Amino acid sequence: MTPDFITPVLDYLLLAPFLIVLGAACVGILVEAFVPRGGRFYTQVVVSVLGLVSALGVILWRWGSDGQGLIDPWKDNIVTGTLIIDGPAQVFWTIIFGFGLIAVISFAERRVHAGATAFTPTAAAIPGSKAESEAAQAGLIHSEIFPLALFSMAGMAMLVSANDLLMLFLGLEILSLPLYVMVGMSRHRRLVSQEAALKYFLLGAAASAIFLFGVAFLFGYSGSFAYDRLVETITFTSGGEGLLLGGIGLIGVGLLFKIGAVPFHSWVPDVYQGAPTPVTAFMSICTKAAAVGGFLRLFYVALGGFRWTWQPIFAGVAILTIFVGAIIAINQKDIKRVLAYSAITHAGFILVPLVGASTMDTGLIDGQAGSVASIMFYLVAYGFAAIGAFSIVSLVRKQGHEITDLSAWAGVGKRNPFVSVLFVIFLLSMAGIPLTAGFVGKFAAFAAAWQGGFAWLALAAILGAIIAVYIYIRVIQVMFFTEPDEGADEVELAVPGVATWIVLTVCMLGTIGLGLVPGPLLELLQNASAFIIPAK
Amino acid sequence: MAFPFLTVLGLIPLVFAVIVALSKPRAGRSIGFVGSLLTAGYAFALIAYFKMGVLSFGESVPWLPSLGSSFSLDLDGMGLVMVAITVFLVPAVLLAEWKTGVGAVGRFSSKTFVALVLLVQSFSLFTFMSFDLLVFYVFFEATLIPMYFLIGGWGGQRRGKAAAKFLIFGLAGGLIMLVGVIGTWVLTAATSAPSLGFLDLAAQDFGASPTTKLIFICFFVAFALKAPMVPGHIWLPDAASESTPGGAALMVGILDKLGTFGMIRVCIGIFPGESAWATPVILILAVISILYGAFAAIGSKNLMRLIAYTSISHFGFMVMGIFALTSQSLSGSIFYMVNHALATGALYLVIGFLITKRGSAFVDDFGGVVKIAPIAAGFTLVAGLASVALPGTAPFVSEFMAIAGTWTRYPWIAGIAVLGTVLAAVYILWTYQRIMTGPVTEATQTHITSDLSWRERLALIPLVIAILVLGFWPQPVLDEVAPTTAYYMSAASATDPGAEIEEGR
Repeated sequence: MTPDFITPVLDYLLLAPFLIVLGAACVGILVEAFVPRGGRFYTQVVVSVLGLVSALGVILWRWGSDGQGLIDPWKDNIVTGTLIIDGPAQVFWTIIFGFGLIAVISFAERRVHAGATAFTPTAAAIPGSKAESEAAQAGLIHSEIFPLALFSMAGMAMLVSANDLLMLFLGLEILSLPLYVMVGMSRHRRLVSQEAALKYFLLGAAASAIFLFGVAFLFGYSGSFAYDRLVETITFTSGGEGLLLGGIGLIGVGLLFKIGAVPFHSWVPDVYQGAPTPVTAFMSICTKAAAVGGFLRLFYVALGGFRWTWQPIFAGVAILTIFVGAIIAINQKDIKRVLAYSAITHAGFILVPLVGASTMDTGLIDGQAGSVASIMFYLVAYGFAAIGAFSIVSLVRKQGHEITDLSAWAGVGKRNPFVSVLFVIFLLSMAGIPLTAGFVGKFAAFAAAWQGGFAWLALAAILGAIIAVYIYIRVIQVMFFTEPDEGADEVELAVPGVATWIVLTVCMLGTIGLGLVPGPLLELLQNASAFIIPAK
Repeated sequence: MAFPFLTVLGLIPLVFAVIVALSKPRAGRSIGFVGSLLTAGYAFALIAYFKMGVLSFGESVPWLPSLGSSFSLDLDGMGLVMVAITVFLVPAVLLAEWKTGVGAVGRFSSKTFVALVLLVQSFSLFTFMSFDLLVFYVFFEATLIPMYFLIGGWGGQRRGKAAAKFLIFGLAGGLIMLVGVIGTWVLTAATSAPSLGFLDLAAQDFGASPTTKLIFICFFVAFALKAPMVPGHIWLPDAASESTPGGAALMVGILDKLGTFGMIRVCIGIFPGESAWATPVILILAVISILYGAFAAIGSKNLMRLIAYTSISHFGFMVMGIFALTSQSLSGSIFYMVNHALATGALYLVIGFLITKRGSAFVDDFGGVVKIAPIAAGFTLVAGLASVALPGTAPFVSEFMAIAGTWTRYPWIAGIAVLGTVLAAVYILWTYQRIMTGPVTEATQTHITSDLSWRERLALIPLVIAILVLGFWPQPVLDEVAPTTAYYMSAASATDPGAEIEEGR
């Protein structure tokens, strides 16, 4: 007997932001096919900016309970049962699309590259070949980067609102596949870029496989992919903890890989260094936010009842991540690698409140910032600093090429004080110095961990932060107080175009503004930090 | 809401810093100097109105409600005298460093120097005025960044390294304090009225537990690194000697006071029980600082380092007076914070003028200066004797009070500390003898050709006048400080031993 086919009823308005981004990506592909070459680039910019702006508009328009939903999901509404749009999902969508928008604007920078973009004229040509130089001379531009980024963002959005292990996996893959391509598209040092792409792809594929294996374990444990079944099984059933533990471990590996936590971090420095700098900026915040969002929902909602088991494991990972990242960063000679290791350290700092799990369920007093809100704030603060810093990295050039050797940066601060001061502000925010957003992020994050009962973890994290401070001081020291070597005259700061100016202005206002007046945002995030927990 | 007078006070130098940074190099420093005078005028007018009872301070707006923090500013007696000395010292520093960075190739310009000084001033004013632990922390930390650039941008050969050392020590201390701030928040968050306001925290009783002890230690370590106490002092001599004299005066005169200020505000005010618990160790460290600083100063060949070491010794007196916790010693320590800024500030500036003329900071490179530059020598002598705490100068009153107050409770500690005053005479007078008296050396002859200019004299005169006036008539400051002292004495539930001991004025 065949079961009746139930027509899924979709709440399109609820899904609108996600669908708009996905739709804009599809339009982008059509643009590649039908718009003549000359107008393609700007058409793509317009399409993606419009798509992201309208998606953000819809989220903000329907902010709060209006835009949240889970409408009787298990009877007649399959899709909202697998995707949940609740407060945290709305926040993470805003973070992903918002910072994605900033990154996409930085993709459009052409003045710095003398009319070209940061991306290779033709990705298919062999590096250094005749075909490549011909393409460069013909002024070809890969405008596919825009739809790729949009697809990636759609995957991220799916990841953070997945309420089902399979949706989680789908989101992870949709976000990863376009990124593998984007990483390999750098205009400068193409071999390094391609190597990074290959490395990212191979390791990412392995991580995905491990993740999927973990999904199978959890399916075996609970008999379903749905989070609510997991909750139910953990609460009411005993036995099968081996499967549960194995599943948690394997899924954890897959997500920690994307977050860039130690010991699954080895791709981060190579990929951050090899990828085109705007793509690095995009990855540093959007990928991280998405993975953290998915991680939060999975571990707080589905596996929240098993907290006592996973907290110590991830506490260890957090400490390892902070210290390994900070200590290795000190010795790096390439600014992009410095920032990459600093990104690893930040992943560790984000894990600290995550482990603390200070939420309403664990006795957080109403009106105080708990783990979820502080993680969100941290991500926003880090996002502004990271995108801003990477945008400035792409301005430092030697003979028309981006130069990322730290030694070439000597004395840049004296020659270009304005942009250098901006860079210092971004670095200080990453270091968590007061009057920047980064400080409030660190304060809220560590306080949440301590309130959740992990005082020792907060202490260790602050110890790590002391080491990490040195990373940034070292860069500032080089920029301002190191005498440049021979040939440093050739190093120059390119005059930023409109796109970069927009990015820098937004990032600076965000960093300083949230440092001075953090209250409203933190409160907003706090009110949006409750996960909808589907209950039967 | 009433007009935010105090916020405006902190904002004036900040706004001027921005204007200076955006203006033309030549105009910049004049604008900055006017800004510092305006700040001083505004501050003293505020204080005058306040004294007349026309105004009341105290403003508070929610800043980070979910973390219990309000942007609340207020002035008690201690805050008021520190604000006064800050706005008093900064114009002198700017005037003294008028030529810093002018025409220097490959260095930072003079307007940047002025803008950074004003930033330091703004942030320190906010720190002295803040009545919320988180706001206090924020500005306490924020002062480090402009100071870092002040050290690294202008000064000696190894200024880059010294600046980095300063910043690393500062930020490490700051992050250690962050543990304390977060811990305090966690404690207060569990109560019925979570708040990081100083007064609210003082009213709450957290009990004694390993956690409160840990929090106290974090705060104390951070403040001890700031008001450099042995063994946390090692950054100061480098930072001071590689900095410009004006920068050093600002750093030692104002910024390091944040350490002793914090000890009173936070350690005594919020964690009195833990303070009492740690007092024996702290007093011993203070005495070690007094003696170590004095001996190191005697052995120091570099004048800038010498003054830095004398400051370590003086900070020892302040810390001793604070933790001896008698109303006399506490008042003395607060008063000493003002006097030390005046005396050491003046000493740094005048010695700085000589170093600039001579082109060297080493004691041995001078000799017989008094014959060529008698006015410079005179100023050096006054500032130096103030540093020795000679009767008639303001530091005498405060040092005496700190020691006498300590004597009533810990005679042994006070007895050893007195040695520090004897050693002070050695390091100042011996140094004066070596650089000023004796036959005029060849090096002095070639390099020091003129006495202090009018600009240089103008920078020093207000400081010297203040030293002498407060030396003979300390009552206004002491009266101002008395309520603060009484408040902290009662916060720590401390009473003076033997009330019959008369006030040592």
